[in-house]
Amino acid sequence: MAVISDRTAGSARRNRTAQASRARAPRASLVLNLASVAFGIALWWVLAVAGLKLPTPPEVVSRAVTLIGDGTLGKDVAASLTRVLAGFALGTAAAIPVGFLMGWYATGRAIVEPWIQFFRTVPPLAIIPLAIVLMGIGEAPKIFVIFLAAFLACVISTFQGVVDVDRTLINAARVLGTGDAGIFARVVVPASTPFILVGMRVGLGSSWATLVAAELIAAQEGLGYRMQSAQLFYDLPTIFVGLISIGILGLLMDRLLLLAERRLTGWQERR
Amino acid sequence: MNAKISVRDVRKEFALGKESFTALDGVSLDIADNEFLTVVGPSGCGKSTLMNILAGLEQPTSGEALVDGARVSGPGPDRGVIFQQYALFPWLTVRQNVEFGLKTAKVPKGERRARAQHFIDVVGLSDFAEALPKMLSGGMRQRCAIARAYAVNPSILLMDEPFGALDALTRVKLQEQLLDTWSREQRTVMFITHDVDEAVFLANRVVVMAARPGRIYDVIDVDLPYPRTEEFRLSTEFAELRNRVWHSVYHQDGRSAADHRTTRSPEHATP
Repeated sequence: MAVISDRTAGSARRNRTAQASRARAPRASLVLNLASVAFGIALWWVLAVAGLKLPTPPEVVSRAVTLIGDGTLGKDVAASLTRVLAGFALGTAAAIPVGFLMGWYATGRAIVEPWIQFFRTVPPLAIIPLAIVLMGIGEAPKIFVIFLAAFLACVISTFQGVVDVDRTLINAARVLGTGDAGIFARVVVPASTPFILVGMRVGLGSSWATLVAAELIAAQEGLGYRMQSAQLFYDLPTIFVGLISIGILGLLMDRLLLLAERRLTGWQERR
Repeated sequence: MNAKISVRDVRKEFALGKESFTALDGVSLDIADNEFLTVVGPSGCGKSTLMNILAGLEQPTSGEALVDGARVSGPGPDRGVIFQQYALFPWLTVRQNVEFGLKTAKVPKGERRARAQHFIDVVGLSDFAEALPKMLSGGMRQRCAIARAYAVNPSILLMDEPFGALDALTRVKLQEQLLDTWSREQRTVMFITHDVDEAVFLANRVVVMAARPGRIYDVIDVDLPYPRTEEFRLSTEFAELRNRVWHSVYHQDGRSAADHRTTRSPEHATP
């Protein structure tokens, strides 16, 4: 016993020093991050002043203030976020059970897989004309293409996660007397959670990409629509405000999912 | 004879493409109640297959395995299995891992806690009950797996090279701890290993297997008392038995050692 506890004490000490150096590392890289962003903005400014047809950062900021002030930006963000969240939520809610079905039952897989493989090769944007003809120009076609984008990204990785569950873990549960339902709920679901969350992040990215394109076509409000109409008036600052808003919102949502991933899959051994 | 475990003329074939491969052929073996049996043999001798058949994870092609006189048809909590790769659920803490089988058996929470705690204490992991497997060393993981198998109170423990992935020092430590645990909580044990020293140190009886086809080559009684300590490991009795088992494992010729002895001409026979 003494040998073992000595060794654990040693490794605890090692962990502490490792943690300390890891704590220093993010601070250094945060400084670099900020410096890099500042440099990018400075470069943009220089290029704009040098005569490239770009609005300067102050012009963009003052446009943002105006758009926030008259409520346009808020309304656009709300409209776009609602679409993304609705499509993304529906897409992942459908993808997780379908992915499990494909991974767990060979029959389910054989039935569903050709459709998934086919639609995976068709970019969701290519569905937009069809969706508009069938569903009109309201919210339905936009949410539908976002749904499709999120669904396809998430279903594949959920399926992969279920297929990749370590056989030894399933056997370990079986020899402890656990039946199929218990193995599914207590082994397969937790073991495939990391895959599902990766799928959700990819799905969120493609939802966002699809949103803007969907709004470029037929919408009365939304960030994509705002940029489209700004283009008609050669209104570059508004386009910049739209682009930056999309970037920031996408980043925020991705970070939220990353946080959820850390909390839910902290048990994983990372190498 | 009413054996705890009875293996009768078991044959197991695996399909290898169009060929079939005989993993076990004509294996018969009786294991008495509370016996500590070790199985040693070269790789490919079918020792893991034999264990999987007893665990109910695989079915024999012909012949049968009986536990308490009843035919083994699937896994069950009466037979605890300990795998070489530990097979701990990485998302559960040590305590939750040990409670896994008890939860399956719907043991009420209070009793579940108490039983899990008892076996966590027995294997010396009290200070790590709330730790995730990724925090544990290999030896600690295997002790957790042993506690998990013990917790559902199986009358049989099947161990498939449980210490095979550990360093030599940890292995010796765990062998002694395992015997200590076994002397306090008697069970029928079948322990598979490729380490001759380990086979002799632990066993009442050593079964030596041969490969192509997998079969029982020799059975050697280890008629020496427990508790076994370092002194035993360094004794001449141990060395003699070790040599015998070593010979049987590394100098296999003929169908079995018994056949071999009868077919050999008398002048070559060992006195």
